[in-house]
Amino acid sequence: MVVMTERHLAQLNIGTLTGPLDGPGLADFVALLEPVNALADRTPGFVWRLVGEGEGDATSIRPYGDDVMINYSVWESREALWDFVYRSAHLDAMRRRREWFLRHVEAYQVLWWIPAGHIPTIEEGLTRLEQLKNAGPTPEAFTFRDFHEPDGPRRP
Amino acid sequence: MSDIEAVAALQDPLRRRLYDYVVAQDHEVSRNEAAEAAGVARTLAAHHLDRLAEVGLLDTVSRRVSGRSGPGAGRPAKLYRRSGVEFAVSLPARDYRSAALLLAEVAEAAGLDSEVRETARRHARGLRRVPAGDLAAAAGVLAERGYEPVRDGDLLRMRNCPFHVLSTEFAPLVCGMNLALLEGLLEGSSVRMESRPGWCCVVVEPSKTNRS
Repeated sequence: MVVMTERHLAQLNIGTLTGPLDGPGLADFVALLEPVNALADRTPGFVWRLVGEGEGDATSIRPYGDDVMINYSVWESREALWDFVYRSAHLDAMRRRREWFLRHVEAYQVLWWIPAGHIPTIEEGLTRLEQLKNAGPTPEAFTFRDFHEPDGPRRP
Repeated sequence: MSDIEAVAALQDPLRRRLYDYVVAQDHEVSRNEAAEAAGVARTLAAHHLDRLAEVGLLDTVSRRVSGRSGPGAGRPAKLYRRSGVEFAVSLPARDYRSAALLLAEVAEAAGLDSEVRETARRHARGLRRVPAGDLAAAAGVLAERGYEPVRDGDLLRMRNCPFHVLSTEFAPLVCGMNLALLEGLLEGSSVRMESRPGWCCVVVEPSKTNRS
């Protein structure tokens, strides 16, 4: 019998704000952060999400600059992540994304598999996003639309 | 099995009745239940249900219905549910799906969400009117448009998404369009997004609440 290491799915996406986070244009977005993050935390299949030191969300972590938000999490499966993103209260927030975030010409969301139990670093996430931008979807850095399953067991 | 064969299998009135019954349920349906609903013998119902499964319109699962297992629990029952496969017959051949996916990809890439929503709302307003707050009338209109509405307390939920493939590939754009369509169609009712797996992303309530 071949024992496979259990894999979890990491996701990172970035978004450039249309205005200052504390401005009126972003008020609804800011108001949704807490309930939507709380929903993620109790969603079956949720493993981890990035939060700032002593904070409830990741809005203070801005490696791409002051106007770029990052969203970084780990899930047990594609289905768990997909259902949260598109089939929960999160979708109602996503539907309004153009009010809050500029349209990205380049890749802005990347997915990749990690060993279960591993907490990915910010550097790791940024590297994967760069990989996707440079090489397109590969097994190391992909998207929902061009999805890659985790490596299967090697056949003799 | 071709799509046209699957559709042709529904020409038999009893088979059609069994199909309509199974797909309207929120659970997997046993032969006994389907036979009772159609008012026919179990073996006859089983024959037609298996034919529907053969052409791909229904899926089958085996399960011990009693919840018991092990010796003495009896053979698992064969249960039926709607299959996840889509069937389309168009004569002459048309391919609106590919065109819709292509256009959605462009709208998504160009960030045209609000333009799509505005057009959807305007378009829907021009369609049939539903009296404000009349949930039964709203359900009738939604049923005509393929949403398969069901009552859930004071709410209407929809079992079917008429834009299924698009709403999977381009969820925020297409579900936003769908919400705007239903807002336009059911002005006077409260229409809001409440997305959950396996259902349409929109629910309808009788009265209009304050919206921003």
